[in-house]
Amino acid sequence: MIPASFDYEVADSAAHALALLAEHGEDAKLLAGGHSLLPMMKVRLAQPAVLIDIARITELGGIKIEGDEVVIGATTRHAELAGSELLRAEAPILAYAAAQVGDPQIRHRGTIGGSLAHADPSADLPMTLLALGGSVEITGPSGVRVVGADDFFVGPFESALGPDELLTAVRVPRGGAVPWGYQKFVRRANDWAIVGAAAYGGRVALASMGGTPLRATATEEALKSGASIEEAAKLAAEGTSPGYDFHADVEYREHLARVLTRRALEGKAG
Amino acid sequence: MTEIKLTVNGVTRSDEVEPRLLLIHYLRETVGLRAANVGCDTTSCGACTVLLDGDSVKSCTMLAVQASGRSVTTAEGVVEADGSLGVVQTAFRENHGLQCGFCTPGMVMAATSLLAENPHPTEQEVREGLEGNFCRCTGYHNIVRAVLAAADKLSGPSSATEVNA
Repeated sequence: MIPASFDYEVADSAAHALALLAEHGEDAKLLAGGHSLLPMMKVRLAQPAVLIDIARITELGGIKIEGDEVVIGATTRHAELAGSELLRAEAPILAYAAAQVGDPQIRHRGTIGGSLAHADPSADLPMTLLALGGSVEITGPSGVRVVGADDFFVGPFESALGPDELLTAVRVPRGGAVPWGYQKFVRRANDWAIVGAAAYGGRVALASMGGTPLRATATEEALKSGASIEEAAKLAAEGTSPGYDFHADVEYREHLARVLTRRALEGKAG
Repeated sequence: MTEIKLTVNGVTRSDEVEPRLLLIHYLRETVGLRAANVGCDTTSCGACTVLLDGDSVKSCTMLAVQASGRSVTTAEGVVEADGSLGVVQTAFRENHGLQCGFCTPGMVMAATSLLAENPHPTEQEVREGLEGNFCRCTGYHNIVRAVLAAADKLSGPSSATEVNA
């Protein structure tokens, strides 16, 4: 399978990438690791006229502490997240989640910014950002804006990112001591979650339970009111709208959401 | 057309390519290296695995232009200077780590990357480290044995093994 023809531009800075986006408009797509975009281009679900390669922009990489947040450059690859001592100490759920993405080859190429911008409701990192209550830093023609995870994912494969904007960094709270758990139910290695659940403190996020990653709000409220984990987890599927496919019907996904939420809240990772 | 400059198996090259040319097609058709295979063509099976600056990647899901300025290694590039099989390749042969052989070049490169990151993997770590590579002859047991044997040869037996011995 071969993508349709396109022009290839290499951006050497974030400002250059924004200028190229302004020049080419909605015909252009940003290319970082390409592990969501290229498969779509190969089956012609995406046919951008121009690809702007942002993977060589050094200012978009790196993981650092800024006050009470960890700031991660958008083109940081999953393998770097998984192997980062700093991230393991400050936001261990994110390092763990990054190690669950795809397989080693995919983790060597895919980037955190690309995964979040792709906004796949079944993916690891969107669910994890939502559980963490993190945010993304978006740079556009009118400057920088920060969008919280609760507002960033707006639909299936749709985010708050505009066509003339660049996701430049990801911000997550420092919380090495906050209890967390991570559960992903798959039938095969390197597959997407049939259902996923990530718990961070009192926040719970679900994957594959609707058009976007979703908060298990009823569970969170119950926990706040003093319910036990077992009681709160029974409410995990409330307010969700999972789809069905050959892996699982709606009822089974709701069942998985309840079970996986309980395990995540118990601090289990698997 | 876009000019790319890269190193393939230690040799510096420069080629004019269409931006949409996939790295696997560049390697097989432009360079003439046929070890890496196109299997699923959907980032799943790992038959097209090569090393990019030492890290395993699936060359069906990379553009050749993305490899410009980088170093690419295929299974042809891990043979010894005298042309004999490399350590990982030899371990696959000695442990019967292949049947039809289609997945083998990708398995060898994924294993090479894994051992560079983790010189003394446990059996479980080898199995998880190869989760991006499918063998449809169901030969995983011997593949795992081959990778563990290669680890011993490359880095010596792990300290745990020495204690047990």
